[in-house]
Amino acid sequence: MNVAAIIYILGYVLTIEAAFMLLPCITAIIYGEKQGIAFLIVMLITLAVGTLFRRKKPKKTGYYAREGFLIVALSWIAMSAFGCLPFVINGDIPNFIDALFETVSGFTTTGASILSAVEPLAKCSLMWRSFTHWIGGMGVIVFLLAIIPLAGGQNIQLMRAESPGPSVGKLVPKIKETAMLLYKIYMVLTFVEMGLLIACRMPVFDSIAIAFGTAGTGGFGVRNSSCGEYTPLQQNVITVFLVLFGINFNMYYFIIAKKFKQAFNMEEVKVYLLIIICSVFIIGMNIMSHFPSGYEAFRTAAFQVGSIISTTGFSSADFNAWPWLSRSLLVAIMIVGACAGSTAGGIKVSRLIILLKGIKKEVYKIFHPRSVQCITLEGRPISEVVERTAFVFFGAYIMILLISFVVVAFNGYSSTTSLTAVIACISNIGPGLDLVGPMGNYGFFSVLTKSVLIFDMLAGRLEVFPMLLLIMPAAWRHSGDKGRRKGKIKDEFN
Amino acid sequence: MNIIIVGCGKVGDALADNLSKEGHNLTVVDTKVENVENISLKYDILGVTGNGASYNVLMEAGVEDADLMIAVTDSDEVNLLCCLIAKKRGNCKTIARVRNPIYNQEIGFLKEELGLAMVINPEFTAADEIARILRVPAAIEIDTFARGKMELLKFRLPEDNVLVGHPLMDITGHFKCNVLVCVVERGDEIIIPDGNFVLEAKDIISFVGDKKSTARFFKTIKIRTNQVRNAMIVGGGKTAYYLAQQLIYMGVRIKIIEKDRERCEQLNELLPEALVICADGTDREVLMEEGIEYTDAFIALTNMDEENIMLSFFARNHSKAKLVTKINKFDFGEVINQLDLGSTVSPKHLTARYIIKYVRGRQNSMGSNNIEALYKINDNKAEAVEFYIQNDSKVTGIPLMDMKTKSDVLIGGISRDGKIIIPRGHDMLLKGDSVIVVTSDMGLGNIEDIIAKN
Repeated sequence: MNVAAIIYILGYVLTIEAAFMLLPCITAIIYGEKQGIAFLIVMLITLAVGTLFRRKKPKKTGYYAREGFLIVALSWIAMSAFGCLPFVINGDIPNFIDALFETVSGFTTTGASILSAVEPLAKCSLMWRSFTHWIGGMGVIVFLLAIIPLAGGQNIQLMRAESPGPSVGKLVPKIKETAMLLYKIYMVLTFVEMGLLIACRMPVFDSIAIAFGTAGTGGFGVRNSSCGEYTPLQQNVITVFLVLFGINFNMYYFIIAKKFKQAFNMEEVKVYLLIIICSVFIIGMNIMSHFPSGYEAFRTAAFQVGSIISTTGFSSADFNAWPWLSRSLLVAIMIVGACAGSTAGGIKVSRLIILLKGIKKEVYKIFHPRSVQCITLEGRPISEVVERTAFVFFGAYIMILLISFVVVAFNGYSSTTSLTAVIACISNIGPGLDLVGPMGNYGFFSVLTKSVLIFDMLAGRLEVFPMLLLIMPAAWRHSGDKGRRKGKIKDEFN
Repeated sequence: MNIIIVGCGKVGDALADNLSKEGHNLTVVDTKVENVENISLKYDILGVTGNGASYNVLMEAGVEDADLMIAVTDSDEVNLLCCLIAKKRGNCKTIARVRNPIYNQEIGFLKEELGLAMVINPEFTAADEIARILRVPAAIEIDTFARGKMELLKFRLPEDNVLVGHPLMDITGHFKCNVLVCVVERGDEIIIPDGNFVLEAKDIISFVGDKKSTARFFKTIKIRTNQVRNAMIVGGGKTAYYLAQQLIYMGVRIKIIEKDRERCEQLNELLPEALVICADGTDREVLMEEGIEYTDAFIALTNMDEENIMLSFFARNHSKAKLVTKINKFDFGEVINQLDLGSTVSPKHLTARYIIKYVRGRQNSMGSNNIEALYKINDNKAEAVEFYIQNDSKVTGIPLMDMKTKSDVLIGGISRDGKIIIPRGHDMLLKGDSVIVVTSDMGLGNIEDIIAKN
């Protein structure tokens, strides 16, 4: 294993994180908050550690899938560990596990909070919370690939490990340019939303924070009521961008490249929009009686559906009080999530399509055992490997969900609370139902539960495999063979 | 440059490796999903699955914006069709690999009519290379510059040679030979030496000089240089055919050993002057019977690398023949180099090298300096590049000893008004010169790149 390369890239990740901490520092200066000093201290520490790690350039630059996955998993853990320190130091979230939970929740764009009220927090802390969403949304490794010249073609391994979706492809031949393009699209969309929100007379601070939260499909708000107290117009703007950030970024690339036929003919996006329309319709009809007008009911339904399917988790109303049909439907789309290649979590619509088609294929095989069928996605056949990985992914996802559910259930809360807490974390949503509903928080869980949920959030954001690799002993051995040989010798002795 | 490569075989892979390292935007097209996936995980390139001769697939690969399209699938017809479509749709330069000897005879017509920028025939190129080596059997590799007037020769220093233990400056001083040693390969190391560098036995030495002085140099250090008079070729494939054609033209007596009866008959028909033996060339008795002990050159051209290597070892033990071994898969190049097999020729590498040379040349055609020739030497670890200086620039008009060049760059030769100058400290570059630069720093695109930064 190429340990030197792993440390080197980790060094870069930390250096970049230090640079990102400038934003809360600036916020602190603008608002004259002394809590900002904590960010300055942590920024310097992170920079120092990053520079130390970066000091020795690895002689061997080549690495393979294993290193790629490990680098990504470790980067996210390191980023969260350093990112939570300011909260601990400035006293906004004094407990380390709580602060870590909050930061992991931020970077993984979950938006699950242990705080019962956010308004007492310093502005700089709030800004950092929201900014972590933006960083985590597109991914810090992708950012790394866009700005630093890492030699070798193997960097695609890094991108594969961090980017969501069943098969990660490039938009243009060079990985650096692909990463740059993704970030450009990401930034432009973020700034457009910011501008529109400011134009709709939202306070500038709120506009920036909400835009970060929407872009990364995170869900941290800066008000106790999340998005409840914003005007209908502002909420509508947010709704549109929630849906937009859940769309596969390939579509935006096709639009930029003037390939309109391809852009508006994406199977995944069509299914995604179809799910949204159906859900809004059903929920809108279902909650009609809770609202003064039909328009208001559908508007709220649209906001909530957009917020949940894009795995953001903003709320404009307490959907915990809605009828069970609406609540159940929301939980269902929590698991589905948005498109691959977006900033959203969940199992992704494209995987859902592969799963459905795979099931159909297997059922057909019972009728016609010798039939040969190829599964297609976006009009082209997908390889056996992609299909298999999608099923394994889904299996692993459900397994982690089940195990976590059991662990969380030890707290003794209702099964709705326990189950939706796990689903909301692994799908990177944020709010679940009951005690962890939009008006609740995660503060009351035990340390063990919080640790499990932290793992779930990371597993959800990195699509399970990097985190599973991390807990496999084989990943840490010098080579897979050696261990096996050792085991053999032992057997012979016995 | 935006480059499309159709076909991810051995050549496609070598091209993707080299061209992606030189910073081009590469898109590869292949019909096999696994091939495309493998190659796009290995290098920083975009993969497209599909038939490269299909209009839609080429559109997806971005043929409209492509500057160059290289078709290297195993089918000549597909390659030509790819190029035709790319030319009509994208108006890019096209390179096709065409290996069928029948098309090869009509290559001029095809090139003209299909608007191809370059047609490459790996077997023909390999045969060409081997013929060049056999002309000067002392060398492992020979590359020519300045329209053939200057040569870069590579040879392995024998253990008891007079040069062993001498510093390089003795070559001009003590031995009075007007040649310049550019690269020394010692074990795994590639060294661009200076005058104080002391040679050791088994060093692989590359040096430049004109034809007369290189011949004199070999004579002085007592290495036999006569052209071979007869040659034994094992394996009667396309390379063997092209090679035999050239060698017969040079007046060499040829013996081809080929297993397949039908192929033997074909060869006999095509090459009446050659002696075609229908037998298994890997059979020890056959080789002995056909006089491997007395042949001047032994060329192993079967389709299996392992067989070729074994044959060359056998020939080394039983004769003093000049050995040439064809190696298709060069992945373990460093091991093969340690084997002391004499010259090795890899059609795949040659093809890639020719195409890369073309790409560099295209890229620089807008600049003030042009690349005339480019050779990858020492198992791709170093390059010899010939630049033509069109205009005065910061490298012209100053004595070489005052020029601050990069440490791994050496000016090996200057061709001025048809005369070859082996440069010394007081020589300078002038407008209109052809300059040979030897470097271990890949990717020089311009003569000015040799200057050290700051």
